[in-house]
Amino acid sequence: MKDKPQTESVETAARPLAPKSSIILKINDTEHKLEVAPWTSVLDLLREYLHMTGTKKGCDHGQCGACTVLVDGTRVNSCLTLAVMKDGSEITTIEGLAKDGELHPMQQAFIDNDAFQCGYCTPGQICSAVGLLQEGKAKSIDDIRDLMSGNICRCGAYNNILAAIQQVKGGVQNA
Amino acid sequence: MNTNYIGKGTSRVDGREKVTGQAKYAAEFTAEGMTHAFVVSSRIAKGKIKSIDASAALELEGVLDVFTHKNRPKLAWYDKSYQDEDSPPGSPFRPLYDSEIQFSMQPIALVVAETFELARYGASLVQVEYEEESHTTNLKANREKAYNPKKYKSGEPPKSRGNMEEAFAGAAAKVDQEYFHTSEHHNPMEMHASTVVWEDDGTMTIYDKTQSVKNSQNYIKKIFDLSTKDARVISPFVGGAFGSGLRPQYQLFLAVMAALALERSVKLVLTRQQMFSFGHRPATIQHLQLGASKDGNLLAAKHEAFAETSRFEDYAENVVVWQNTLYKCDNVAFDYKLVGLDVYTPLDMRAPGGVTGMYALESAMDELAVAAGIDPVELRLKNYTEKDQNEDAPFTSKELKECYRQAAEKFGWEKRNPEPRSMRDGHKLVGWGMASAAWEATQQEASAKAQLTADGKLIVSSATADIGTGTYTVMTQLAAETLGLPLEDVTFKLGDSTLPYAPLEGGSWTVSSVGSAVKKVCDAIGERLLKFSRKLPGSPFALAGLEEVKFENGMMKLKSDPSKGFYIKDIMQQRELDVIEEEVTSKPASEQKNYAPYAHAAVFVEVKVDEDFGTITVSRVVSGVAAGRVINTKTSRSQILGGIVWGIGMALEEESFMDNTFGRFMNHNLAEYHVPVNADVHDIEVIFVEEHDEIVNPIGAKGLGEIGIVGVAAAIANAVYHATGKRVRDLPITLDKVM
Ligand code: FES
Ligand code: FES
Repeated sequence: MKDKPQTESVETAARPLAPKSSIILKINDTEHKLEVAPWTSVLDLLREYLHMTGTKKGCDHGQCGACTVLVDGTRVNSCLTLAVMKDGSEITTIEGLAKDGELHPMQQAFIDNDAFQCGYCTPGQICSAVGLLQEGKAKSIDDIRDLMSGNICRCGAYNNILAAIQQVKGGVQNA
Repeated sequence: MNTNYIGKGTSRVDGREKVTGQAKYAAEFTAEGMTHAFVVSSRIAKGKIKSIDASAALELEGVLDVFTHKNRPKLAWYDKSYQDEDSPPGSPFRPLYDSEIQFSMQPIALVVAETFELARYGASLVQVEYEEESHTTNLKANREKAYNPKKYKSGEPPKSRGNMEEAFAGAAAKVDQEYFHTSEHHNPMEMHASTVVWEDDGTMTIYDKTQSVKNSQNYIKKIFDLSTKDARVISPFVGGAFGSGLRPQYQLFLAVMAALALERSVKLVLTRQQMFSFGHRPATIQHLQLGASKDGNLLAAKHEAFAETSRFEDYAENVVVWQNTLYKCDNVAFDYKLVGLDVYTPLDMRAPGGVTGMYALESAMDELAVAAGIDPVELRLKNYTEKDQNEDAPFTSKELKECYRQAAEKFGWEKRNPEPRSMRDGHKLVGWGMASAAWEATQQEASAKAQLTADGKLIVSSATADIGTGTYTVMTQLAAETLGLPLEDVTFKLGDSTLPYAPLEGGSWTVSSVGSAVKKVCDAIGERLLKFSRKLPGSPFALAGLEEVKFENGMMKLKSDPSKGFYIKDIMQQRELDVIEEEVTSKPASEQKNYAPYAHAAVFVEVKVDEDFGTITVSRVVSGVAAGRVINTKTSRSQILGGIVWGIGMALEEESFMDNTFGRFMNHNLAEYHVPVNADVHDIEVIFVEEHDEIVNPIGAKGLGEIGIVGVAAAIANAVYHATGKRVRDLPITLDKVM
């Protein structure tokens, strides 16, 4: 069952500043018709206007990866992505990975391997890891480490994050 | 069903919420009519605000107000009102109090608007004119102005003993060196935030990023003259803190101030740049003198430190106490001085003082081993102490020898060639280094409440925090095992100022303090159950005392005959009880005063240094940890792993770069303030050495949040020396320093 698209009035900054644009975004399988100001990032749109706070803000400058979401299947930093630029895109956030209450294998692997502590970088790490496996570029442990280095974990859960990704990916050897 | 949970690798009870994005952090709560605030930060480090012109911001439709020192509401007058549970001696910073600028990036105005973007834009329009005064931010250049504070935040430096100068003069092997590390910033991934929800009855529900909801609540109560009911503080999830949430930060003050003035809900999130504007690990210069006999017996030791503090508070940490904790020596001298600079007051950051002092001490011990021609492990074993010489007291327990032994064996230390530059892997120089570590394992007073309901479900609560440390999980395990209930029937609540008192979530004392309260309150529930069950028909417990029963698999049983017992649910139902409730306070036993409580570790590190480029990789770490009873093998390991990653950061990457011309930390962002990323971390092995401790607290567990980081920087520095033959005494060890 898909929700019908509905128009949501998104209160971004009123008036003279710049006019809002109408865009359509499909977020976690639900279509949203949105009126957004040009300065609203996908991250702020999600967190402040749609109240989907699973996606995190850790720097707002593309330096930490906490805001990683999948846009048309590709991982991106949503803080560096203006919502108006993504008209017509499909976005998957951490809230959209579990289906019918069943966790995505990557989410389960993160729990099993204790791949987080405070949990704040976690949604970004998981979306990034899902994107990584879809890219199919990671052949070795070093590849995984390199290609996951855009996601900072200040709690230092890196080895457990690696183990979680390996659990889902299955047999990776170091080169 | 098996309800023995302690010592198992239970997955985090809050794991599902965290991996699905349902765990809510301070900035993620909202309410009807929420407004957004943005801070304007001072450009200068010292001087006065001549004028602030907010008119351009106020002209924007949707900007509600701009607060400055000119129009702020009335505030408390005395320093005492601004002091919190973690304040050092002095006069705490007061946001928007007057025109005085005391440090760079001081908050000087707050723009409140209908949306976040608008508040941010409004802040960029606020015009400020300053009257600049010359500032001083250079620790090294101002060392001669160092002073001994009237009062030390964390105890005075230990007393000198014997005659250090004479013993040093006569020593066969000597080290006399200085070590330095720069300022560092906590940088938890979640930025500090407070969301104040203005309720219909004029009270406030405040979601704050903090390591103590009670500390936050008391702070704003005192400043804004509020009652406990006026301001409830909630903090269910904290996106890391590492000490940054020990003191209430200025976003809490500003958000509450704006909410009170506007009578509206206000959300304020600091920017990553502003995360460098409050509290940091202080840059510290340390002077070490160690003297030993030919065969490596320590004859003389001197440890002096010079650390930065602000002009308004005397922040000090336990930097020079570790010699006394780790090594036997009769001729010792210590001093610890502060240098006042125009910066914000430093702030406890993961193992404050421990990582600092132990970095210098354990580097010097390595140099002494070289000078005496003795293996570094052997030197430490030779000077091993069974007594903490700070207090002249035995340890509650100390299995450090086992840490050395097991970690060295796992690492393969006996294959080490002591000669620097003797080991290679292609064009990389390989180095092996080690260091010891110790960290306090104290217990504080804490309270907890428990409610057992007729359906056999238990809720235990205390106003503590889980900053990623696993508090939710280990408290649930402790409660479930104490009352023999399945994990899923037990809920632990924290992070709410209406709950019973808990100390600051820091100092590695949460398991020890709150855990003891949780155990005690569950014992109290158990005792009530026993009383209720005595009168049940056919009760096997008629004459039994609490020590004669055990709780297991949902039942209360006789220890002497476990086939006899009742299901807890049945006791509740047969006695027609809806709920049993208990609240207790647990205090450290007086016996503890006669002992020194410490966790210990031995860290072994392998580095590979590229001979041409000087890049350093920490290829292998083995850490042997002795920390009493391990409650959760999975989360405990994670705590130590995290500490080691922090140690890698401290040794090789982290540096808050002070530009003395501007008096500002220039690299105030995550692109230029380097913390370890996944590619910087390689093999790490954690060994928990068996350690029994009946004295340290009723649980027998020592905290693990800090011991993991303590020795790492020294072990890495020692390994870099072994790899390259170059002794870098200045952290972080960046490639320019080894080339
Ligand atoms: S918040 Fe987007 S990269 Fe940090
Ligand atoms: S789990 Fe805390 S930052 Fe990664």
